[in-house]
Amino acid sequence: MTAPNGSMPRALAVALMLALPAHAADYLAEAAAMIKRDFKPRGIATMDRVVEDAVQAICNRSRDNPPKEIGQRLEQDQLAAVRWPADGKLLGDWRSGERIAQSGRGMTWSDSASAPGGGSCYNCHRIGPQETSFGTLGPSLHQFGKIRGYGPDVQKYAYGKIYNAKAYNLCSQMPRFGHVGALTEQQIKDLVALLMDPDSPVNK
Amino acid sequence: MRRSARLPAAFLAAALSVPAAAQQPAAPVVNDPTTAEFEKFRAVLEADNPAELFEAKGAELWKAKRGPKNASLERCDLGLGPGVVKGAYVRMPRYFADVGHVMDAERRIVHCMVTLQGFDAAELAKRPFSSDTRTPDPVALVTYVAGESRGMKIAVPQQHPKERETYEIGREIFFYRAGAYDFSCASCHGEDGKRIRTQQLPNFTKPEQAVRSVQGWPGYRMTGGVMHTLQWRMWDCFRQQRFPEPGYVSDTVTALLTYLSVNASGHVYNGPGIKR
Repeated sequence: MTAPNGSMPRALAVALMLALPAHAADYLAEAAAMIKRDFKPRGIATMDRVVEDAVQAICNRSRDNPPKEIGQRLEQDQLAAVRWPADGKLLGDWRSGERIAQSGRGMTWSDSASAPGGGSCYNCHRIGPQETSFGTLGPSLHQFGKIRGYGPDVQKYAYGKIYNAKAYNLCSQMPRFGHVGALTEQQIKDLVALLMDPDSPVNK
Repeated sequence: MRRSARLPAAFLAAALSVPAAAQQPAAPVVNDPTTAEFEKFRAVLEADNPAELFEAKGAELWKAKRGPKNASLERCDLGLGPGVVKGAYVRMPRYFADVGHVMDAERRIVHCMVTLQGFDAAELAKRPFSSDTRTPDPVALVTYVAGESRGMKIAVPQQHPKERETYEIGREIFFYRAGAYDFSCASCHGEDGKRIRTQQLPNFTKPEQAVRSVQGWPGYRMTGGVMHTLQWRMWDCFRQQRFPEPGYVSDTVTALLTYLSVNASGHVYNGPGIKR
């Protein structure tokens, strides 16, 4: 149906536009055109970023409540595009994962392309018990493995969710860290370990 | 400015006295310790609000004959007639018939600097935000104009069709998810009772919380110790949203400020303030 970064299928776009009151669609179109006019590229933040991909377009047009069937099909597309580690190992080093979870760096126009990015995880989630400065935009991940079990399915879910949260919930507020290249395969493995290693403080 | 002469010393004294003041539970009760400490710090500072220094500078700039046309801004029409500053800030963004579109306070002031004084718009847009070594003139001017609405009710007009249209476009911009992280303004400011780390996030879609997008701005920011306006705030939000850079005093920023300020209408504006 769509490539992960491809444009929205025409029929789908038309269906969605028709589902909206005409004036709302006009204002959205005007807003998008205004943004394209007013923004300029800076550093790594290039102008392609203000052009919606298929997932963003559908979430924007449904205020994050896509029609069920469309939502599920696009979730499948997102899941199909997840690149799983070739060595089949999903568990990295939880200590490194903790550092990645702490770092809010990455992908802004003031970040450099070469510096390693972070996962910004603590911005939104409670994770390790010793970090009291955590956000609440996302659910608590404290005792993630202890609660859900340490099995391969849960490992795979954790990897996939960090790689592309939209594969599981199309209009999730969580970024698609692997999908957009904000985190490397090794970084995601390390984050999975932070959540899933029985020795990680998260599971103590 | 009533206290500007003694302000630096008072400000320093206030800053130095913080550890002692922090031991007294005088500030509003809040749940997390970081916010609580900040609120105490702010309570101490607000007695001698550093923003007033910038108000004083802005008042001087407003009256001074400057620019290639050697004119003052005293004929600048902020929406209530040429030269009327009192109450103008809380009634912007608004439609201006002379330009045929909606402008926010900073945009209108820059417009006046260009048309009345002959300053170059492109030059003003080059380095529009404060640093630790420099406060751009529009920042001081906006702070002065904002101070002249202290204690007044926010009443952003929505009578003109362009004002209503700008509000609707602003709302779409607020909810527009894009960029590397799929963020919109609403990602952080669309739900009640959420935090990033320990920073509490107002829900700007709700009138009673939307006032927090206006209150305290222009603000003396303790991170960096510089004065910033809402133009800067929107610019830095878009940076954190992982978007490219929005144009200074652009339509996008005006529309977004219209959405926020209309939502905030009805609340009393406390004047330029202090931000974390």
